[in-house]
Amino acid sequence: MVEKCKAACAAWLSLHVVCEEGKKGQTCGRRGQGGCVIELDRVAMSYGGGELFGDISLKVQPGSFHFLTGPSGAGKTTFLKLCYGALRPTAGQVRLFGQDVRGLGRDDVALMRRRIGVVHQDVQFLDHLSVADNVALPLTVSGRDSADQLANLDELLAWVGLRARADARPAELSGGERQRAALARAVIMQPEVVLADEPTGNIDWEMSQRLLQLLVELNRMGTTILVATHDLNLIRAAKSQVQTRVLRISNRRLQLAGADL
Amino acid sequence: MTRLRAILAEGVALVIGDPQADRLVPPTGFTARLTTFAAGAMAFLAVFALALSLASGRLAARWSEELARSSTIRISAPAEERAAQTEAVLRILQATPGVAQARAIPAEEAAALLEPWFGPNLPLDTLPVPQLIEVVEESTGFDPQGLRLRLTAEVPGAVLDDHTRWRAPLVQAASRLRILGLLSILLIGATTAAMITLAAQAALAANAQVIAVLRLVGAQDGYIAQAFVRRFTLRALSGAGIGVAFGLVAVWLLPSAQEAGGFLTGLGYRGWHWVLPLVIPVLGAGVAFVATSAAARRVLRELT
Ligand SMILES: Nc1ncnc2c1ncn2[C@@H]1O[C@H](COP(=O)(O)OP(=O)(O)OP(=O)(O)O)[C@@H](O)[C@H]1O
Ligand SMILES: [Mg+2]
Repeated sequence: MVEKCKAACAAWLSLHVVCEEGKKGQTCGRRGQGGCVIELDRVAMSYGGGELFGDISLKVQPGSFHFLTGPSGAGKTTFLKLCYGALRPTAGQVRLFGQDVRGLGRDDVALMRRRIGVVHQDVQFLDHLSVADNVALPLTVSGRDSADQLANLDELLAWVGLRARADARPAELSGGERQRAALARAVIMQPEVVLADEPTGNIDWEMSQRLLQLLVELNRMGTTILVATHDLNLIRAAKSQVQTRVLRISNRRLQLAGADL
Repeated sequence: MTRLRAILAEGVALVIGDPQADRLVPPTGFTARLTTFAAGAMAFLAVFALALSLASGRLAARWSEELARSSTIRISAPAEERAAQTEAVLRILQATPGVAQARAIPAEEAAALLEPWFGPNLPLDTLPVPQLIEVVEESTGFDPQGLRLRLTAEVPGAVLDDHTRWRAPLVQAASRLRILGLLSILLIGATTAAMITLAAQAALAANAQVIAVLRLVGAQDGYIAQAFVRRFTLRALSGAGIGVAFGLVAVWLLPSAQEAGGFLTGLGYRGWHWVLPLVIPVLGAGVAFVATSAAARRVLRELT
């Protein structure tokens, strides 16, 4: 079973790499100066009440692997939302692939989400569709659901170990299976960036490792990864496999976490 | 030309559609049936409003034509002079250019004309009922002013009633009725738009979570809207189609127009006019398309 899974995984990965290379020519040109995928410049954010955080600056380089940590309610989810255009900062500037989010309309944000895959903290699916259809949803809504494109779907499902559950309804999945389905959905468009919000939030350690493995593999192929988590063990496990930067939101500031992790 | 083709292509795409997009929105059984029913009921009413409008149009045209071509001369004179005056008037009419035919209406016919108002046993002899002469004009018409002058000079008891006085309000009434019919069609259209807007808005609001997921995976507003628009347009089209079918059967079953029938039994469609109601479902679908598009645009703007 494990071997089979690995073989499927390798097949899907090789496909992915080829496509990545094919895409590079057009996407790099659109990146801003310095080639950052995500750039925050003196960003402040508040939901009307007190300021959640202020004066945050960050440059996320392509191919990097970041963790974002901090106490519950510090604003990790909010931070990620700023990073894919779902929220606008109350002050400062957020640039995605060099574009200021203030200049983006709703449809531009939608297009942006095809380049930035997101795994949400509270994963949501269309419950009347099968798991496979849900994973393929980004292809469907972008009109790329040709037979060609869908051929990858099977391998992708195998990669996250959900091939056998392809025809199930999302409501029938376990917590870990939902997280993996969400990851598969986030990467099916072969995005340049994957943002994951507590991807291991409600699953056991073994499954967490499995998910981390998938993220690390994506990163090795050049995908930029940003994971919000309060699970320090996960961060430690990642550090042993890949070069990461750990950011922490505390006291309304973003800091680079020290070597204690 | 290319624009027209683009619009046509869009229409075809809408009907054949992107079944994928349609599938992404969960089926909404109850609002679906309500929309179909409302569109059907409105189309049914529209069939009658259209029939009313067409019939009153016909009536207005017929009245203005028929009434314009006939007038009457009324002779109020003592009984002993009546026959002589009648003859004098007929003589004058024969010599008047533009008069096709003139006929003294016999007493029995006059009684029949009055019967609807006074009942069958009208004692005509005791009443000073005037002698009537019916004048039918040629298409060129005669000069009523000249005729009137001659009559006053030669037959003092004769009065020309050229109907213009009471023809105008009748024709006007028929024209008004026609406008009311058209107005009803407009109101029916507007009501349909309102109902479909409400239904679409409810469906969109009920699917806020679906919309959120679709946006999350990169769906643009146009794509999301299309799924709803297509659904409601097709429902309106089929509902209106059924409504029109029922309406046409109902109109067809109306008693046919007879000579004496007058306005009510003449309510049906005539000739090629039977084709007109078939436009109603298309219009209904158009109304649904516009209403749902607007509702979708509004809701999607609010759901951010
Ligand atoms: N839409 C909103 N409107 C108002 N306040 C909000 C909104 N979303 C989040 N908040 C508030 O902002 C703060 C930060 O929320 P956020 O979800 O970003 O925290 P978090 O770091 O992700 O927490 P957790 O670890 O529990 O997921 C919280 O106090 C929350 O109540
Ligand atoms: Mg959170």
